[in-house]
Amino acid sequence: MKSDNVYLGDLTRGIVKENPVFRLVLGMCPTLAVTVFIVNGFGMGLAAAAVLIASNLVISLLRKFIPMEVRIPCFIVIIATFVTIIEMVLQAFQPALYEALGVFVPLIVVNCIILGRAEAFASKRPVFRSLADGVGVGIGFIVALVILSTVREILGQGTILGPDPASAIHLFGANFEPMALFAQPSGAFIALGLLMGLVNVIFKRFNI
Amino acid sequence: MEKILSIIFIYILVENFVLQRFFGICPFLGVSRKTETAMGMSMAVIFVMTLATLVTWLLYTYILVPFRLEYMQIVTFILVIAGLVQFVEIVMRKISPVLYQGLGIFLPLITTNCAVLAVALLAVRQEFTFIESIFFAIAASIGFSLALVIMAGIRERLEMAKVPQALEGTAITLITAGILSLAFLGFKGMLTL
Repeated sequence: MKSDNVYLGDLTRGIVKENPVFRLVLGMCPTLAVTVFIVNGFGMGLAAAAVLIASNLVISLLRKFIPMEVRIPCFIVIIATFVTIIEMVLQAFQPALYEALGVFVPLIVVNCIILGRAEAFASKRPVFRSLADGVGVGIGFIVALVILSTVREILGQGTILGPDPASAIHLFGANFEPMALFAQPSGAFIALGLLMGLVNVIFKRFNI
Repeated sequence: MEKILSIIFIYILVENFVLQRFFGICPFLGVSRKTETAMGMSMAVIFVMTLATLVTWLLYTYILVPFRLEYMQIVTFILVIAGLVQFVEIVMRKISPVLYQGLGIFLPLITTNCAVLAVALLAVRQEFTFIESIFFAIAASIGFSLALVIMAGIRERLEMAKVPQALEGTAITLITAGILSLAFLGFKGMLTL
């Protein structure tokens, strides 16, 4: 019974209590840049989470073989390999998403969440715990991106599930004038700042 | 010549790397507490970014492309940047201990600065020539420094201000950055490549 709790703890820690975006303020560049549409935010989160889970798994498997002195370059090569794979997969199967995310797909490699989890967790813990941690932090990242992109898409575009006209739902009718600010970079900073404030209030209220 | 001048203008002001393109947000939030450290970080970034772009451009054009190894781009670039940062650190410590004391502590942080990798990748993606790439890197890093130093100035004043309790810390910094970014929005559309 106790061992189950360890895995469950590793899994849930990253989602709420140590959410990478709202609590640890990591991985800010993709968070701010791609969250114009929910689809983009979710896609970015999924891609980064896939790399995180795979790299956590491999680094944990290899933790006894990687020499302490050159561990960072080793981690980076492992992460870069998975990023290359993800980039090819996206290019082949989701070309529209690949175009929309642009240079932020290769930049997953320098996402501090992934290197951070490798250094702080996966390189010191057994395989299944690292896997649970990767899944948890990955979900935490996806949740944060989806929340931010939902706010930005509703306010900045007046739609949900755009930009593809086939799936886009217009929430406020044809005469709605969207708040262009939230589609702009400055709106991303402001929206994330306000959301972070809200999260602080909620956490304080419930003593998390 | 005209193109180089527009590259410089665009990437310092119009497409500012931090405030309009979201590259290098982590150091932007992390080391913008004091003007002094912001200046140190800026110098280190200008130096490393230019050097890294120079090396990766040559490597991509003369090794990866002729041997059809473009898919190795990410692995190669990140290794070159990581290696270069180490190398610069060692050389600087030997040749100029004064400079090392000033910039040394910022160097390890630069490896995970996504702005450096972004410049190297974008220089290749936008098919800049060698000279254009160098000026692109210089302009992008000056744009980064500009944003960092302005932000540090604001945050020093912000320490005295009364901030709503919920927004203390990162939240108010992000909102400040948003307003700063709004100011830079004024340059939008002035010039395009």
